[in-house]
Amino acid sequence: MRLKDKNILITGSTRGIGLAIAHVCAGEGANIVIHGTNKEKVKDIVNSLQQRYQTKIVGFDYDIKNYDNCQNLVKDSINALTSLDVLVNNAGITRDNLLIKMTEQEWNDVIETNLNSVFSMTKAVTRPFLKQKSGKIINMSSVVGLMGNAGQANYAATKGGMIAFTKSIAKEFGAKGIQCNAIAPGFIKTDMIDTLPDDYLDTIIKSIPARKLGSTDDVSKLVLFLASDESSYITGQTISVDGGMNI
Amino acid sequence: MSLTQEEVFEKVKKVIVEGLGVSEDLVKMESSYTDDLGADSLDTVELVMALEEEFGTEIADEDAEKLTTVTKTVEFILSKN
Repeated sequence: MRLKDKNILITGSTRGIGLAIAHVCAGEGANIVIHGTNKEKVKDIVNSLQQRYQTKIVGFDYDIKNYDNCQNLVKDSINALTSLDVLVNNAGITRDNLLIKMTEQEWNDVIETNLNSVFSMTKAVTRPFLKQKSGKIINMSSVVGLMGNAGQANYAATKGGMIAFTKSIAKEFGAKGIQCNAIAPGFIKTDMIDTLPDDYLDTIIKSIPARKLGSTDDVSKLVLFLASDESSYITGQTISVDGGMNI
Repeated sequence: MSLTQEEVFEKVKKVIVEGLGVSEDLVKMESSYTDDLGADSLDTVELVMALEEEFGTEIADEDAEKLTTVTKTVEFILSKN
């Protein structure tokens, strides 16, 4: 049990990478806070995890674009689990468009969900983390935050922003026992990828040294490592899980 | 029951000694957290959090910013009592 009795809050954990993280962490003994925007979905996921694992599983459906909601999400999570050890900022959306066609709405939606929530959630955990003199923050960035991507100026900007945010937080809180790292997944088999046209996906796969898409577990296993005590001297890093796409 | 200035000072001193890891005789009424006691800005935030716990009170961020010395801290806590 690599995460025995650790309390972990994962935003955007009703599907995709977030859900895989919840499974892997619960399987290693962690208590989990599931978060998503769909109330029913959150309830279903909490129920199914509760049946499968012995640890405590709770769920909340706050809209984390809103600052106060993030404060409440952290507060409720601590009330439910008594404390928090790890925050995984995983929630994210895409609103892909070429810049020339991108609307202000598409830009703002992505910034608010992907980047503002990271600020608000991280700020909400800093006080409890400072008090307990420990805590881990894991930010789900992306390969496009490192490389950029045509048609994803908004998404790439948030993911690049998360990397710089991660480094800054690592520097601010390094001496306080708080670590902050980012993960940069490449193209991972999730709903997010399903929307891409097949021929575009084929071109992408040819550009990946591993010549295949990643699985959600390729990412969740890294979260497991970063959430555990095994990574206690690692902070401010962005670790790629991309089959070599960004070399 | 409200505390005397001396009692408040002793409690504040205890919090500072624990929070900043400085020796007790360094902590005087006129001590400045950053200049005399080597606190960085995050240390002072932690100190305020520890004071909130010690005295069972909430200290707003705008008040916390003004608590730069032991004297100011003791006076502030006395004013809240």
